Amino acid sequence: MDTLLFIVFAIVAVACALNLILQSHPISSALSLIGVMCSLAVLYLLLGAEFIAMAQMIVYGGAVMVLFVFVIMLMNAGAEKRSGKSWFAQFAGPPLLVLFAAVLAFLILRAVPKLRTVEFGTWVGGTAEHIGQMLFTEYLLPFEVISILILIAIMGAVVLASKEID
Amino acid sequence: MPHLPPVPLSWYLVLSAILFVLGVAGFLYRKSIITVFMSIELMLNAVNLSFVSFSYQLRRIDGHIYSFFVMVVAAAEAAVGLAIILTVFKNRGTLQIDEVDSMKR
Repeated sequence: MDTLLFIVFAIVAVACALNLILQSHPISSALSLIGVMCSLAVLYLLLGAEFIAMAQMIVYGGAVMVLFVFVIMLMNAGAEKRSGKSWFAQFAGPPLLVLFAAVLAFLILRAVPKLRTVEFGTWVGGTAEHIGQMLFTEYLLPFEVISILILIAIMGAVVLASKEID
Repeated sequence: MPHLPPVPLSWYLVLSAILFVLGVAGFLYRKSIITVFMSIELMLNAVNLSFVSFSYQLRRIDGHIYSFFVMVVAAAEAAVGLAIILTVFKNRGTLQIDEVDSMKR
């Protein structure tokens, strides 16, 4: 069952990612990105990361993508213009990217030969309880630093969006 | 229903590599600022999948914590980046990255 779920959602994720880079309208790209994020949440659940899966749905699928869609609608962004790309980028780009993916996959399969197989339910480590315990004991300092980071980001966004630059 | 063999963890890593490469492709090929930004989010998601997979392999929860931190940084980055995009649009009236080239001249 989990094999079937992995295959289905991996195909959905790759198809949505392809759609993201092939669509010319930003709103279609945003909707495909939501598809990628939801299917990744299912894969996290299969890997026993319950908390991360829920955070992925809420933070990425909810908050970040709402922000994207809101900005796209605010700027009334239309389809992107086809601009002249260089000859090299047009013809050598896709094969080079496929080559890059093949090299990455080869290195992964070669460098880490003794990996476990994924069976749903054999390891449930990522519950909110475990994450919270780790976050407030071992990772307390990074947690506090990142809360300051996000506070600064909020203030920066407000300042940037309200300032008139000429 | 036929009984399928369990998935090896390397498939998850390969999926993560494929998503990362697609993110790179979008980042390099697209000309709209917003789509370039979305490709960056796609790359961050791919790396998160790697973190969670290695966490499963090592039976340790640290990878989940890192992936949580990546998520927080991505949210902060989205807020600041979209504010910058909004400012560029207000000042230049365009979303094409080719037309924002005053540093080239």
